[in-house]
Amino acid sequence: MSNPVLELVEVRKAFGAEVVLEDISIKVPEHTATVLIGASGSGKSTMLRCINLLELIDDGVIKLDGIDITDVSTNPDEIRRKLGMVFQSFNLFPHMKVLENIILAPMRVHGLGKEEATEKALELLTRFGLREKADQYPDRLSGGQQQRVAIIRSLAVEPRLLLLDEVTSALDPVLVNEVLSTVRDLKDHGMTMVLATHEMGFAKQVADEVCFLERGRIIEWGSPSEMLENPKDPRTQDFLKRVHEAGRL
Amino acid sequence: MSQEVGRSNGGNSGAAPYSFGGEWQPSPIELGRRASRKAKSRRNGLIAALSSLLVLGTLAIVVVTSPGWKVLSATFFDWGYGFEVLPKILTGFFQSNVILTLIAATSVGILGLTIALIRTSRSPALTPFRILATGYVDAFRGIPMLLIILLVGFGIPALQIRGVTNDVFVLGIIAVIITYSAYVAEVIRSGILTVHPSQRAAARSLGLSNFQTLRYVVLPQALRRVTPPLLNDLVALIKDTGLVSILGVTDAIRAAQIETSRTFNYTPYVMAALVFLIVTIPLTRYTDRTLRKSIERQNAQGQA
Ligand SMILES: Nc1ncnc2c1ncn2[C@@H]1O[C@H](COP(=O)(O)OP(=O)(O)O)[C@@H](O)[C@H]1O
Ligand SMILES: [Mg+2]
Repeated sequence: MSNPVLELVEVRKAFGAEVVLEDISIKVPEHTATVLIGASGSGKSTMLRCINLLELIDDGVIKLDGIDITDVSTNPDEIRRKLGMVFQSFNLFPHMKVLENIILAPMRVHGLGKEEATEKALELLTRFGLREKADQYPDRLSGGQQQRVAIIRSLAVEPRLLLLDEVTSALDPVLVNEVLSTVRDLKDHGMTMVLATHEMGFAKQVADEVCFLERGRIIEWGSPSEMLENPKDPRTQDFLKRVHEAGRL
Repeated sequence: MSQEVGRSNGGNSGAAPYSFGGEWQPSPIELGRRASRKAKSRRNGLIAALSSLLVLGTLAIVVVTSPGWKVLSATFFDWGYGFEVLPKILTGFFQSNVILTLIAATSVGILGLTIALIRTSRSPALTPFRILATGYVDAFRGIPMLLIILLVGFGIPALQIRGVTNDVFVLGIIAVIITYSAYVAEVIRSGILTVHPSQRAAARSLGLSNFQTLRYVVLPQALRRVTPPLLNDLVALIKDTGLVSILGVTDAIRAAQIETSRTFNYTPYVMAALVFLIVTIPLTRYTDRTLRKSIERQNAQGQA
């Protein structure tokens, strides 16, 4: 079998004395989605930020397509070119129009001409029903639209792997679905991804594997049906019960 | 509450925001509201006009009828004399103050930006420059500009170094640039620091380099935010160019001083003040407007 797109081997991360990730090992094969679940503060965002090299890990190895990206000689900019990341808080650039947000990286990082970049961006916007927002500034868009633009922005560089960090957590409940269906669409088109979410129903739909994190450790992992319906570890059961009570299942 | 009313009033002055197929007609209740709003704003206007007339009118009468007024107006507001000397003042203003402002503002912009970038960078190679920049800013923000002008303007010629200019105009500009760059660097730096780290993270995660992130994401937002304080500094700069008159540069102030010392009439100073006001008042108005707009923009972003 070929290399998984992403592999983490015994990754550890601490902020000062606080160990935030410990002994994290996962494999993400091509065209699959790995979903991270766990309480707030369990280390999901940190894990995604480590994969993206926004944080330096303290031990272990992260491999992209079999190549160690945590080696000190790697250029983080080059690695990030191959990864897309979408944040909970969208982080669109407020001083740029939607289209400008999307073509920035293709032009400046990947050397596309303006026309080519624009054409591709408009194609993506059309595909996700946002064509008429191309010339608007982000603050004119609803939260759901902003988040979809952020997803498109990260897709525009044709990433090898997409990292999604609680992309619906900052949205009104009525706007959650449009973003989730965008992500589902990407999954159906074969995008490889790692995502953190609190939406268990959604996790069940897109995940090939679900990992439950608690205090920086992967307590339990498995297929979505095993994990979400018959978790073995009492801590996973307890977490799901609490999520269920909060009405998110 | 009254503000609320004022705003919605403004919003309704054009076309109605909602029109269902063009058939919407304001209801009698809405028409009543509009009528009473109009009456209220007419009443407010009347009150403002009357009270202004009363207060300002009384003030004017008190000043003009006071015993010293005749002497005062002859020494300060001798308009015939004022217009006689105006050309000299204007020559000084355009040849010195305006040119000084243009050259200094451009240089200060470049130097201030450079210092701000050095101070906010984290590159280890720039460490010595970071230390120098910090020392520079600390020093020149803390010394009165007049002192810098005296030090540079009289001190450098005293060194008698060959090839270094003795031109007081050039030395004056240099002194102004040295001082203002320190202020402007700090304003720009504060702007850079207020751009949220998540903006940087988003840019870096798209693969943009550190420099590209600065160039395309951080700086445009930072500079937009500090435009109002920078415009304020520009107004201050225009006025402070007058300080180089102490070196003997014949600017508007020096031209007025020469006249005044000849006639012992102070109208030339008043004329010089008016010349400055003609430039600075529109600029301060413009500054206020950009400030208001930038606050509105930030509020809009906060709501999104
Ligand atoms: N930059 C940082 N400095 C110090 N502690 C941090 C930092 N980022 C995250 N943490 C800590 O790491 C832990 C995990 O946080 P995070 O990865 O954001 O969790 P999650 O995304 O699962 O809610 C938390 O205890 C948080 O306080
Ligand atoms: Mg998080």
